[in-house]
Amino acid sequence: MNTLNVTPLSFTPPGKKDRGASVVNGVDLSVNFAGIKAPNPFWLASAPPTDKAYNVVRAYEAGWGGVVWKTLGEEPPAVNVSSRYSAHYGKNREVIGFNNIELITDRSLEINLKEITQVKKDWPDRALIVSIMVPCNEEAWAYILPLVEATGADGIELNLGCPHGMPERGMGAAVGQNPDLIEKVTYWCKKHYSKPVIVKLTPNITDIRVGAQAALRGGADAVSLINTINSITSIDLDNMVAKPTVGHQSTHGGYCGSAVKPIAMNMVAEIARDPATPTLPISGIGGISTWRDAAEFIALGAGSVQVCTAAMLNGFRIVEEMKDGLSRWMAEKGYDSIEAFSRKAIPQTTDWKHLDINFKTIAKIDQDLCIECGRCYIACEDTSHQSIAKLTEQDGARRYEVIEEECVGCNLCQITCPVENCITMVPQETGQPFLAWDNDPRNPFRVAS
Amino acid sequence: MTVTHSLNHLPSAKEVGTYDPPTLANNFSDLHPPLTHRQAMIESQRCLYCYDAPCVEACPSEIDIPSFIRQISEDNINGAAETILEANILGGSCARVCPTEILCERSCVRNHDAECQPVLIGLLQRHATDNMQFEGHPFKRAASTGRHIAVVGAGPAGLSCAHRLAMLGHQVTLFEAEQKPGGLNEYGIARYKMTDDFACKEVEFLLEIGGIDIQYGKRLGDNLELATLHQQYDSVFLGLGLGASRALGLTGEDAPGLMPAVDYIKTLRQTDDLGSLTVAKRCIVIGAGNTAIDMATQMARLGAIEVTLVYRRGVEAMSATDHEQKIAKANGVRMITWAQPDDILLDSQGRVAGMRFAKTHEQAGQLTATGETFEIAADAIFKAIGQGFDSASLSDATAAELARDGERIHVNEMLQTSLPNVYAGGDCIKPGQDLTVQAVQHGKLAAHAIHQALTAKQEAA
Repeated sequence: MNTLNVTPLSFTPPGKKDRGASVVNGVDLSVNFAGIKAPNPFWLASAPPTDKAYNVVRAYEAGWGGVVWKTLGEEPPAVNVSSRYSAHYGKNREVIGFNNIELITDRSLEINLKEITQVKKDWPDRALIVSIMVPCNEEAWAYILPLVEATGADGIELNLGCPHGMPERGMGAAVGQNPDLIEKVTYWCKKHYSKPVIVKLTPNITDIRVGAQAALRGGADAVSLINTINSITSIDLDNMVAKPTVGHQSTHGGYCGSAVKPIAMNMVAEIARDPATPTLPISGIGGISTWRDAAEFIALGAGSVQVCTAAMLNGFRIVEEMKDGLSRWMAEKGYDSIEAFSRKAIPQTTDWKHLDINFKTIAKIDQDLCIECGRCYIACEDTSHQSIAKLTEQDGARRYEVIEEECVGCNLCQITCPVENCITMVPQETGQPFLAWDNDPRNPFRVAS
Repeated sequence: MTVTHSLNHLPSAKEVGTYDPPTLANNFSDLHPPLTHRQAMIESQRCLYCYDAPCVEACPSEIDIPSFIRQISEDNINGAAETILEANILGGSCARVCPTEILCERSCVRNHDAECQPVLIGLLQRHATDNMQFEGHPFKRAASTGRHIAVVGAGPAGLSCAHRLAMLGHQVTLFEAEQKPGGLNEYGIARYKMTDDFACKEVEFLLEIGGIDIQYGKRLGDNLELATLHQQYDSVFLGLGLGASRALGLTGEDAPGLMPAVDYIKTLRQTDDLGSLTVAKRCIVIGAGNTAIDMATQMARLGAIEVTLVYRRGVEAMSATDHEQKIAKANGVRMITWAQPDDILLDSQGRVAGMRFAKTHEQAGQLTATGETFEIAADAIFKAIGQGFDSASLSDATAAELARDGERIHVNEMLQTSLPNVYAGGDCIKPGQDLTVQAVQHGKLAAHAIHQALTAKQEAA
């Protein structure tokens, strides 16, 4: 394939709807993320799908609001191995998690820069951010940044999180795991580059806030997270080797896909509610596959979201459903912009010790919906609080009833119930005031209120 | 002379020519094709792994259904097969012939409003038993007990009993009246429900356990006496089935063109050449059970032009399940209810030419004729009005002593007959539901009862 062939770039088939429109279903989805404008918050993360012009143009044609171009590095380009991805499957072969051992771009810097320049020129309304990873010395950054600036791209993202291949060369996660280096590299970037600098954080650390704080100290305009998590997805038990298999061996990769979403959301929330980084823009990444996932990240503080695995598994067209779903939901809720609901869930996200110890909720089983599978019963009986009674009706039908006095409101029965809305958790009127553990008399370390 | 000699004056399927040979063959291929591996994986995921699962309660042979389905979902086919077979050694044929729609699948919690679609337990069971691959037989025999037990009848009850007895360390001699084992699995089930000689293969697998010797052509009351067995063996299990077809009680019942459905099905099951089977272009099937449905449907699939099933009561009273009735209807079988045989109509040569029916209705719980009649022309009439106990089998002096419940053999809750050391199970005993799976369970339970009794005797000695 001729990678320099950029002729199809500006070709839009007649009759195709404008997939780049920022107003969808009457709702404005446009964002201004740390000074980077895009018609919608759905960006493709720096990864295989953004490796070259051909893919990026297809993404823009499909309607993605922005793209983070796959990480550029020093010459000579990285060399990749054959066999690169593996999956953690659900029982129905649905991909729960995804793992890759691919490195940064394996194409020449010159070709990448040329393509970036052309693509940005052809698609001025879309966000185009360039991911970069070069060795940890100022010269290396001072060399590449002006070249990237000359492309006209809207900003850069520092890949300080790649967990495989690059750390061995003193790059990627090797930098991202050291707050001093994050700060230093960010500082060099701000010094040698005039447009927004986004620092991509690695989750392979103990406290994500430290990295975000370091980025802010270095002058970062925003952070993006999470990069992939160190992982081994499965072992071929016949040959006793992990996947993906390269020859007779394997190595750990970077984990992403739906499975990492809860981890990513917590890290996003940690930074969003950290008093040290209260307004630092966050581009949320990690297992976003649907509009709902995106809305959740945004509610926790993300100003844009980046998608990779879902696109790799389904193709770029998924952005259509994402935009449609998000805009309909926003219209229904009366949110007229992304900004309008960004961080909306943050005030309610707190530390355990601030939770109301007097709050009580208990399970309620809707007998009309119950299919009598007994899953709630055995879950509670074996592993929780023995709060569900198993009864037999006169006609032999089973009946499961919550023993309210024993129920601690753990939600397990509701989680294990296969029928939606059959088990609901009902908050109880206790007549007791709000009491946080900080102030609870039973707390030996209580703060006198 | 074949058992279908009564139809010798009728044309063969080939001569009737409704179907060309490939279509004919296709008409008798698997009615419910097996699941592919992928389908089985998807279907197995639907199982909710219920606690005290209703499907297990509904299974006469007590197969741990959630467990074997979970094993399928974890790609552990041999594990799944063993879970099935340890409860039901004929799990493969039960997967094919069980009326799951009134047993496990009817009780599946996925039938509730949210989905109205049970997990396809029967097909999953078939998937496991069809695809198991064991090196050698999966079950091992216990150390020899030195006991020798006679099992009469190599149908599902007898086979199940023999296998379990062998497993428990006993030596078994199985006496079978026919020349092949399997009982109704081999001779009595519609051909498209049991293809590729499955019944035979299943018995071969079952016998791999060892310790079971089969003697064919041994019929109780003919060349075999209960008295001898009782004397020569430590215990006897009777799995005799129901060998006699009930009579209509009308004049002309032996006319050419009228025969029991089971005899025709037996021939149909054994033939290598479907085209050679005699086919009635227009036929009547009397009855409302699965045999009646099997007969009517198979006749239609052989090329009969007009197949009418007549039942003296309403559809709701039919013992054939809805599912079975749908199969018949889908094959163009006409069903007439509330009519009973009144007279066999013969042609000038004394062959069946049709039947006169009396319309019936229910009055104060009693089925009575309305006085109205109608006639249906037909070249053949198949009666499928139920099987009865073949009393000839219990004609020797010892056998005659067996207490009976009506015509069937009386047993207690241990499946023991009124004679010491003589047990019985399957269709020949009173609580029989006339289901393969029930027979398998009887055989298994009787084996344990026999084992228990013999062990107790040993300890006492």
